[in-house]
Amino acid sequence: MVHWSAEEKQLIASVWSKVNVEECGAEALARLLIVYPWTQRFFASFGNLSSPTAILGNPKVRAHGKKVLTSFGEAIKNLDNIKATYAKLSELHCDKLHVDPENFRLLGDILIIVLASHFARDFTPACQFAWQKLVSVVAHALARKYH
Amino acid sequence: MVLSGNDKTNVKNVFTKIGGHAEDYGTETLERMFTTYPQTKTYFPHFDLTHGSAQVKAHGKKVAGALVEAANHIDDIAGALSKLSDLHAQKLRVDPVNFKLLGHCFLVVVAIHHPTLLTPEVHASLDKFMCAVGNVLTAKYR
Repeated sequence: MVHWSAEEKQLIASVWSKVNVEECGAEALARLLIVYPWTQRFFASFGNLSSPTAILGNPKVRAHGKKVLTSFGEAIKNLDNIKATYAKLSELHCDKLHVDPENFRLLGDILIIVLASHFARDFTPACQFAWQKLVSVVAHALARKYH
Repeated sequence: MVLSGNDKTNVKNVFTKIGGHAEDYGTETLERMFTTYPQTKTYFPHFDLTHGSAQVKAHGKKVAGALVEAANHIDDIAGALSKLSDLHAQKLRVDPVNFKLLGHCFLVVVAIHHPTLLTPEVHASLDKFMCAVGNVLTAKYR
């Protein structure tokens, strides 16, 4: 079980309370597809991903980004049991979606950059530490059921 | 991985906008890297790594200088950083994974200070540039 200090929990909650999940999720997923174009391999059914503009405006990307970040919210609500929270999603990503877990790490880092751009100086080094830990724990939990 | 014409333009533009703040950003990048990835501190047992450390400031200035140099010679990063590449291969031998960590923290610093500058396209170009720099610095490792 992951140990979270009181300060880490507070830093995570305080940032999360100010996050617009739909906007932030859409931006994070779009940036993933733009910055690491090979990640588009999982989204052949999403239509036009031919340029950054197309990706940013793509409604399926927006919707899926919102879905992904909403799921993050579940982890934040269950910081003391992230493993169990993501057990089924882990199986899904392995058995049905066939996603290399490295992609979870890539998305986590993109999310950090999106948060940094929104929160600027409020995204202190301590804040970054707590959030990097969170995205790392989520990535690990999502990879846990892989076989 | 190759830097396109657009990538080079984007990167040069970023460093122009960063201007005289490069040294401060170098320091902040290191501070964030040490805080976020404590394992990176193992390469600096001889440093005072507390907040505001003069050694970290000086080293941040060096790191920033190298990035600026690479951006100014973006058509030949390997040539511009050849001596640094030798140094890292023969003496410093920093594990290659750490260049990704530094690169990531540098992007975070740019995002914090210049959020509107870091559009997705510029983000992609800068990420590629930091990868290219890391590749050059580890190119002679074996």
